[in-house]
Amino acid sequence: MLIALLADIHANRQAFTACLDDAKARGAERHVLLGDFVGYGADPVWCIDKATELVAGGAIAVMGNHDAAVSDPAIRMNEEAQEAIEWTRGKLGQAERRWLAELPMEHSDEGRLYVHADASQPDNWIYVLTVEEAARSLRATQAPVTFCGHTHKPAIFSTTAAAKMTAFSPVTEIAVPLHGLRRWLCVLGSVGQPRDGNPRACYGLFDTEKKEIIYIRVLYDIEAAAAAIRAARLPDFFAERLFIGR
Amino acid sequence: MAKPTLQRGDVLDGFVLEDLIHKGGMARLWSVTKPGIDVPMLMKVPVLGEGQDPAAIVSFEMEQMIMPRLSGPHVPRFIAAGDFALHPFIVMERLPGRSLLPRLSDLPMPYEEVADIGWKIATALDDLHRQHVIHLDIKPSNILFRESGEAVLLDFGLSHHQQLPDLMQEEFRLPYGTAPYMAPEQLLGVRTDPRSDQFALGVLLYFFSTGERPFGESERLNTMKKRLWQDPKPPRSLRKDYPLWLQEIVLRCLEVEPAWRYPTAAQLAFDLSNYDQIRLTARSERTSTDSFWTRVKRRFNPPERKAAAPQSVYRRLAAAPIVAVAVDLSEASKETNDSLREAAGRALAQLPSARLACLNVLKMSYIATRDTTLDDEGHNKHVNRLVQLQDWAQPLKLKEGQITFHVLEATDPASAILDYAEQNKVDQILLGARANSLRRSLLGSVSAKVAGEAGCTVTVVRVRREDAPAKPEHTASGGEVGESVAAP
Repeated sequence: MLIALLADIHANRQAFTACLDDAKARGAERHVLLGDFVGYGADPVWCIDKATELVAGGAIAVMGNHDAAVSDPAIRMNEEAQEAIEWTRGKLGQAERRWLAELPMEHSDEGRLYVHADASQPDNWIYVLTVEEAARSLRATQAPVTFCGHTHKPAIFSTTAAAKMTAFSPVTEIAVPLHGLRRWLCVLGSVGQPRDGNPRACYGLFDTEKKEIIYIRVLYDIEAAAAAIRAARLPDFFAERLFIGR
Repeated sequence: MAKPTLQRGDVLDGFVLEDLIHKGGMARLWSVTKPGIDVPMLMKVPVLGEGQDPAAIVSFEMEQMIMPRLSGPHVPRFIAAGDFALHPFIVMERLPGRSLLPRLSDLPMPYEEVADIGWKIATALDDLHRQHVIHLDIKPSNILFRESGEAVLLDFGLSHHQQLPDLMQEEFRLPYGTAPYMAPEQLLGVRTDPRSDQFALGVLLYFFSTGERPFGESERLNTMKKRLWQDPKPPRSLRKDYPLWLQEIVLRCLEVEPAWRYPTAAQLAFDLSNYDQIRLTARSERTSTDSFWTRVKRRFNPPERKAAAPQSVYRRLAAAPIVAVAVDLSEASKETNDSLREAAGRALAQLPSARLACLNVLKMSYIATRDTTLDDEGHNKHVNRLVQLQDWAQPLKLKEGQITFHVLEATDPASAILDYAEQNKVDQILLGARANSLRRSLLGSVSAKVAGEAGCTVTVVRVRREDAPAKPEHTASGGEVGESVAAP
């Protein structure tokens, strides 16, 4: 079975649609949505509705920090992100807010752990960027494979029984086998706001038979996504960064 | 992890174990059969269990990851792999013939034979590097030859794949490899430089041509590290008749700094097959190691080694291409040949590591006995052509070593150019277009055939014409590669 893994959609309707279309064309049978449906982008309602529809069809969704911040004013973010969350709150209806608030922090499925950020304290939203951070997350779970997002930077870490770590930047479109002798942590890139220098939307496809993950980059209508951000009078920086992927 | 020992007759995923062929520290090799598969097969099973070197497991993981992704004549064909958690194994094509290991009793070998073996291995390395893999354990026991002659590289347990996680990278403190062959940068933990394979091949060539290992056999890290500052004895100090060209090649491969070796294995292969045209440097004449003081200085005041960013093999290959230019000296117009020279100059201007191979086809008639090596005035045709080629290239003002000249004798110029490009791993072919002419319609176009069949980029150079569309045939000038000799 091919599972499409989508993280950090951030209310970017154009990028979300492009990734879903691409995954469909490649035969994805299942979707896992790794959190941060809102924040930064201009189409939170559409993205939540689409996610709700996917979940009704069997998709898995977990909560991200931006999703949590919508209903929890205690979660503080940097000034611009905070501005986006407040704008988002105003746009969402009761149903959307409840859907976000009821998302689980993590989900386990046949040896696969899905979580938005580090798995040791999912509600502390710790970034997994370094080998040490990956080791902490991997120590917290027995799952052979963990999938997360949050950093907007694709990475694959592994650990052995002896806790030796490896780190790797996945190459677009090159399948990486996740062998069963070690445990793996795959950090997906961002669908709606890539920050690894590549402006194309990022998502992953995991093949449960071959135990291989492939990172995919998808061209989408950045102009339209940026125009929507500007029309919504969100900080201009959110629109600009989409073009450079930073 | 303890598993019952495998025995003859056991069946794994349909593969029947026949004979235990090799019992190594890290893995065992069985010959296997499977109904429906006709080729001879080998099954490699790692030795796992309590007290085993963890390297055995990790290197097997690497091999299981890399082998299915390799193809071509220079690797054993991958057939199947077993699930790691159940029973790990790899099944691959079993090649007839023996490795280079038994040849160790024949050392030193004749120089030409060493060059030929080296050329085959360098060609195989080039192919492997183009598939994004650095072998990192090149040594005689890991090299076989197909009946068709190609070198086949074995054992990817220590290899690095540039597009896959490197499981060995952070696993071990000690660098893994084979002590006598390991490149200096490998000793420092660098696993991402394709030129490390060139160093190992240099050790092999040195050993095969002198009978001595350039850095001994010690496996103690301190002794091994001597190669970072102590240069090997020049082969000419061991064998008086050692050719300058071979010493030039071998010592270049053994340079401590990867940047001083060949930029690519393809360029090394090129020199090994064209050794009569090698640009000799001071390396070739050395008869003693560097002075004591020079070595001491290198040891205690080593050049600063920046951890070089891993560079993709493709980027390196792209920066150091082999460009072949096919020059027609007999028929092409001066304008065409001038344009061809300009195109060659442009191709090389940006890339100081590129090499230009100037080709000319000396066309032979179909009946060999009618040919004579002398022209009407008694001059050697072959030599004449070489002189003319050098004359054509002279305005490019390329450094010796960046340019070579080759006169190919053939009945079919296009095939000769295609064969040359294939043999020498040429990245780009430049040739002149023949203007519309009666000859082309009768004989077919060399450039069209080359462009259609070459395995690399082909650039057909045509003189810009102001009066296009094409002129009628009989007024056209220009020419084509190769001398046209009417077939009898």
